[in-house]
Amino acid sequence: MCGIIGVIDRSRKRMDGTGIRAALSRMDERGSGEGAGYAAYGAFPDFKEYYALHVFFDNLHEIKPIVEEELSKWGEIEHQEPIPTYEQPNIKKVHSPWRFFFRPDLHLMPRSTTPGDDIVTHLVMKINTTIPGALVYASGKNVAVFKASGWPEEVAAFYRIQDYEGYLWLGHNRYPTNTPGWWGGAHPFNLLHWSVVHNGEITSYGTNRRYIESYGYQCSMYTDTEVVAYLFDLLIRRHGLSLEMAVKALAPPFWDEIDQMPEREQEIMRAIRLTYGPALMNGPFAIVVANQDSMVGFTDRIKLRPLVSGELGDRLYISSEEAAIRTMEPEVGEIVMPRAGEPIIGRAR
Amino acid sequence: MSIGSVPLRYRISVDHDQCMICGRCVESCPYGVFRKEGEQIHVNSRVCVACHRCISMCPRDAISLVERPVDYRSHPIWTPQVKEAIYNQARTGKIILSGMGNAQDYPVIFDRLVLDACQVTNPSIDPLREPMELRTYIGKKPAHLDFKMVNGDTVLETKLSPNLLLETPIMIGHMSYGAISLNAQQSLARAVTECGTFMGTGEGGLHHSLYPYQDHMIVQVASGRFGVDINYLERGAAIEIKIGQGAKPGLGGHLPGEKICADVSCTRMIPEGSDAISPAPHHDIYSIEDLKQLVRSLKEATEWKKPVFVKIAAVHNSAAIAAGIARSSADAVVIDGFRGGTGAAPRVFRDHVGIPIEAAVASVDAKLRSQGIRNEVSLIASGGIRESADVAKVIALGADAVYIGTAALVAMGCRVCGTCYKGLCPWGIATQRPDLVARLDPDFASVNVANLIHAWTLELSELMGAAGINSIESLRGNRDRLRGYLLDESIMKVLDVKTVGA
Repeated sequence: MCGIIGVIDRSRKRMDGTGIRAALSRMDERGSGEGAGYAAYGAFPDFKEYYALHVFFDNLHEIKPIVEEELSKWGEIEHQEPIPTYEQPNIKKVHSPWRFFFRPDLHLMPRSTTPGDDIVTHLVMKINTTIPGALVYASGKNVAVFKASGWPEEVAAFYRIQDYEGYLWLGHNRYPTNTPGWWGGAHPFNLLHWSVVHNGEITSYGTNRRYIESYGYQCSMYTDTEVVAYLFDLLIRRHGLSLEMAVKALAPPFWDEIDQMPEREQEIMRAIRLTYGPALMNGPFAIVVANQDSMVGFTDRIKLRPLVSGELGDRLYISSEEAAIRTMEPEVGEIVMPRAGEPIIGRAR
Repeated sequence: MSIGSVPLRYRISVDHDQCMICGRCVESCPYGVFRKEGEQIHVNSRVCVACHRCISMCPRDAISLVERPVDYRSHPIWTPQVKEAIYNQARTGKIILSGMGNAQDYPVIFDRLVLDACQVTNPSIDPLREPMELRTYIGKKPAHLDFKMVNGDTVLETKLSPNLLLETPIMIGHMSYGAISLNAQQSLARAVTECGTFMGTGEGGLHHSLYPYQDHMIVQVASGRFGVDINYLERGAAIEIKIGQGAKPGLGGHLPGEKICADVSCTRMIPEGSDAISPAPHHDIYSIEDLKQLVRSLKEATEWKKPVFVKIAAVHNSAAIAAGIARSSADAVVIDGFRGGTGAAPRVFRDHVGIPIEAAVASVDAKLRSQGIRNEVSLIASGGIRESADVAKVIALGADAVYIGTAALVAMGCRVCGTCYKGLCPWGIATQRPDLVARLDPDFASVNVANLIHAWTLELSELMGAAGINSIESLRGNRDRLRGYLLDESIMKVLDVKTVGA
């Protein structure tokens, strides 16, 4: 089932993690205490030019040097530190969370138009698939991700997310079913600037994964959600689609609706469906995806999972439940229920 | 006389208490099993091929058939088939001809794969209540799209190649006029038009009576080039270059002169009564670059308005061959598995050459993905698709659509007796004898074929809905929704599926 929430402040005014922690805990009915997580954009103002590589190490003395060596082949580590954690009775610290602030050497990928992103993507895929005991679970600039196995309030306390501030937050309360409840499997999923929280099950995962793998992405998290992050990266960063167009590719209108559209729109939608058929996501889902400038929420094509949104001033909230939004902001105005496949988009100025 | 006669394959007997001596069996059987003498029906079982025409026509259920009433001593190696092939060749010194598909007892991979359904964590979708999309486009797809903004409007800059629009991923494969009767082709043509899908002409030209259905016909260019002219190419909805066929990879075709009646001769553009022999290779294709030239020539001739398919037999190296074809400007690759049927093939080829479609599709799909071009070209699977579950499974293994052949013929009455090459098909399908052809009424047969496609389409929708999928593209290559049941490790690796329970 799972509960999800996202909030963006369009004026990039930062909020600490207290509010989203309370909102996510409000949806404990939707979770099972086996996984929760948060993402905060704008969390590292002092290192905002560096890729913040978050790594779960199984042990530091043996595996960290291997990762450092890999990173040093492609750039410089400006700063690194253990991610501060605070012992909680119900969280067994099975991994050591660590973060590197990394600057890739752009000359090493000369033919790319986005060499930094390509180097970091390569490193993430390589470390996650070839170095056992190390899992890179976040890799964007100025974005922090906090996740573990536990209830939302426990995970929040474990990382003390009230000590971080961000203009965009995502939160996820997990009830794992088809994949194990492990730290790497908790949401948000992050790759570069993309973070995803997801409620549902992607029945087209086998198709989506094989499609994305043919573009060099490697799925290593044993869960369907990671393909969403990779698909957004492929469609928007590498193929240059707009956010709206990317959502149309992932949750397109039905052919019957397309056949009724005006000609120009019909032509575009047909091209989208033909080109991105393998990217179409099927099955029940509600998803919130964010990058440093925007947040988008959308559901599957027949809305088999709930998603609502509300606004107050510069802030846009998207969540599985109205109660969660109202916990965070009681004054929020009208609650909107978007139609199936229709995106709700918030953009920071 | 050193060999003597072999035991009967079938024994026909007539229950004389039931028989009312109406003589329908005598009329039905073109092989001459029955004769009426005095007030009794007599039989000659030796010429029976088990086509069941007599049984289906007998108003009193008076006819029974027993297979191998007198058999050889049992032996696991020296089976009746093996021995009789030897007797046959000892007598004739010739290649043994056979019909229909592979009759060897190889395991059927489809029957060792099971499909998935949703329980609890995601809801199954009811196709009666929710939309279910089986629409399939066959043809080249762009790798990505370019847009530009014009006065605030988004405009698509990428030009799409022509694609065929299928309302269901089930097409009918290439069976030529000559191999099958005109009534059979007409029945198939009406059915595909009715169902919003397509059929192949085979290498037999396009008879003028089929022109009304030409928008649903894929015209074939094979090594004999029979029936090919610009009129033919322009009439087809798409063009298919046939390199090989699953029933006889590496061979051409041979339509005996007896089957070349006046009408067939006009449609094929060859003299009446002459044998129509298609060479094994195309004599202008000796390598992949030659194929590319032919693909492009056909496109040029038809002003780049039609998709061009290339069909190959599923052979050991089909993955690499298909990848080469995909880069030749071809819009679709057709892979024909070793269970594909045929009117006539040397038995040794039919039963021993080529590989099953399941493995071929899986490896071609994987190869195209590894080269990052899978979605740019369509993949059509054929040869051994017997039911809707096979369609679902082969799409999950990576195909875009299927061709059916034998199944469509069975829908018109064919009993898979495997004697097509004799040209005496009692069902009016694989024959040109006017009295036999007249037995097949396109008004009825077309409904039967359309019913079959419709029924499979409904079943496919239900299977997809149960798997929580409402669009066919999410089933395509979705091997996670398949499990192998008692398949060995190595074949599961090729299919990229897990075992049941995993």
